[in-house]
Amino acid sequence: MQSLSNRSKVVSDKPMTFMEKLYLPAILGGMWITFTHLFRKHNTLKYPEQTKAFAPVYRGMHVLKRDEQGRENCTACGLCAVACPAEAITMVANEREKGEEHLYREEKYAEIYEINMLRCIFCGLCEEACPKEAIFLTDRLVPTEYERADFIYGKDKLVESMDYRIDITDRQSTGKRTEK
Amino acid sequence: MLEKLILVGIIFTISLVIAMYATYFERKVAAWFQDRIGPDRAGPFGLLQPLADGVKMFLKEDFIPRNSDKWLFIMGPGIAMFTSLMTSTIIPWGPDIVTASGNIVLQVADFDIGILFILGVVSVGVYGIMIGGWASNNKFSLFGAIRASSQMISYELAMGISVITIVMMTGSLSLRDITEAQHGMNWNIFYQPLAFVIFFVCSLAELNRAPFDLAECESELIGGYHTEYGSMKLGFFLFAEYVGMFISSAVISILFFGGYNFPGMDMVEGNTLAVLGVVALFVKIFFFIFVIMWIRWTLPRFRFDQLMHLGWKTLIPLALINLLVTGLVIAFTSGWFN
Amino acid sequence: MSIEILVYILGGLTVGSALMVVLSKHPIRSVMYLILTFFLISANYIMLNAQFVAIVNMMVYAGAIMVLFLFVLMLLNLSKENEPKSSLLVKIASALAGGSLLLVLVAAIKDIVVLQVAEKVTDNASGLVQNLGHLLFTKYVLPFEVSSILFIAAIVGAVLLAKRESQIIE
Repeated sequence: MQSLSNRSKVVSDKPMTFMEKLYLPAILGGMWITFTHLFRKHNTLKYPEQTKAFAPVYRGMHVLKRDEQGRENCTACGLCAVACPAEAITMVANEREKGEEHLYREEKYAEIYEINMLRCIFCGLCEEACPKEAIFLTDRLVPTEYERADFIYGKDKLVESMDYRIDITDRQSTGKRTEK
Repeated sequence: MLEKLILVGIIFTISLVIAMYATYFERKVAAWFQDRIGPDRAGPFGLLQPLADGVKMFLKEDFIPRNSDKWLFIMGPGIAMFTSLMTSTIIPWGPDIVTASGNIVLQVADFDIGILFILGVVSVGVYGIMIGGWASNNKFSLFGAIRASSQMISYELAMGISVITIVMMTGSLSLRDITEAQHGMNWNIFYQPLAFVIFFVCSLAELNRAPFDLAECESELIGGYHTEYGSMKLGFFLFAEYVGMFISSAVISILFFGGYNFPGMDMVEGNTLAVLGVVALFVKIFFFIFVIMWIRWTLPRFRFDQLMHLGWKTLIPLALINLLVTGLVIAFTSGWFN
Repeated sequence: MSIEILVYILGGLTVGSALMVVLSKHPIRSVMYLILTFFLISANYIMLNAQFVAIVNMMVYAGAIMVLFLFVLMLLNLSKENEPKSSLLVKIASALAGGSLLLVLVAAIKDIVVLQVAEKVTDNASGLVQNLGHLLFTKYVLPFEVSSILFIAAIVGAVLLAKRESQIIE
């Protein structure tokens, strides 16, 4: 068969020649290779001070967005839960009462919205399914926990706060859908 | 008497400090060979890392397994540390320092038996590992101990035979005489390259350093003879290895690389010579410590049968042939056959 | 005077640790005491200014032979239940053998005339390497070489035992 990479080597178990049996040339050769690495540039990233930029396609922890007036976008349609291949999303819908217009954008909202981060495979299908631009996967990491129950994220962790909005404009899907 | 005591104190401190910084340097060298930075958090360039490690070792729980042999378990690291420190007594560190009240000899004791003393103490050093490994009452430790002891017995032979060639050339066992015989650039390495290679390989094996670290290989024996050890007892085992590395580098420098001799040493004299001589010896020692680390981060570990094959079927015959040839050459040049 | 005290202390320690070899129940402890005994014997040699014999004793006995002893003992199952039961006959036989050895030793020691050689030994340097080598290769060259033949015989015997029978016939 023809080699595709031109880097394959034919392996044989021929008896070693005298020079090979001495081992010393091979050992010195190996030591030369490691020696050249002494003068190479290191590629360490000093982590807490420096961080690596995430790729724009990176999909990390979810966020439930609010609109400009601070109202939750999510209308608890359940399309994300249906789209989720890992069945990580559950929600309970509720109707918006009078006087809650500043909290929820639509008449219906999610009273409980939970994502099990241990089940989630971060595929981003929920983001794609969402018709209201409510859920997005961000470049934030899911922190470690000691208990399994702590990995079930409720609205307290998922909904962004108005003081500290999560910027998703550099993400793969920016939240601005072009009208077709 | 007092100057000897001071010298003992200085050598003791220097060996411990060098061993401490050898652990730091080992990690740095490993990092450089692997295109990393290495420890750099504790202090500038991570220079306080050994102190941090030491504090950590001291503060860890001192644990003795219930089914172990308590006394032997404690004795193991002690023997290992004791033997590796004891070898430094015999090393000539430099030419005499001239003072008004007489010369100060930079050597704790110039025994008549010299190099034999080192071989003897090193051969006893295996007990630390054996006893520690056996007393742990753990199969991995026992395996480590057995491997270490069989390895050290095997490589002692070739080591001794390769040293004999040097002794034959010098006509003395004393390390000071051996050093004096290599005045200037007249180093033994130019006459005995084969003996050097054999001695170097054997000292790696005696030190249980890679590629001969079968006694403590992490991947199959989870640490070998010090699997059950923790706290400063483990620290002693690790420390003993680094002290041993320092001493064996010194012995290699003295036997083959002229010890405190350096080219152009006839141009200076007196205390300048003494200081430069000590510096020359330490430069050589540091070079060999680096080479030992370099080898560790280059070569993979031997398989046990390969180890035994190398020791018994390659190094010992080579050392014997080398001994024979050296003997013949000495006999011819000193005219015994005329 | 202080040297004499040192000699007595060393001698006492040597005898004590040698006794512990016999008296301690645990085989590994016995071996450890035996190693200690070898060290103390080496120290005694050094007191006699016989450095070469001291270090060779340390290398060969403490460093190599006892390692092999320990090596074998480590691989044995050393629990109390597995201890071989010796019959009465064996006990009597061993007592007789030990007793007769003691008898011979006592008889030999009884006739010894204590020579005043201690000073003479410490004065000359016959224990140093150069003098010892000289003696070995001139005056005692025959016994020295004969003993090396003995070692060759031992090595050949060991190799013979280690090989399989079919290999020997070939």
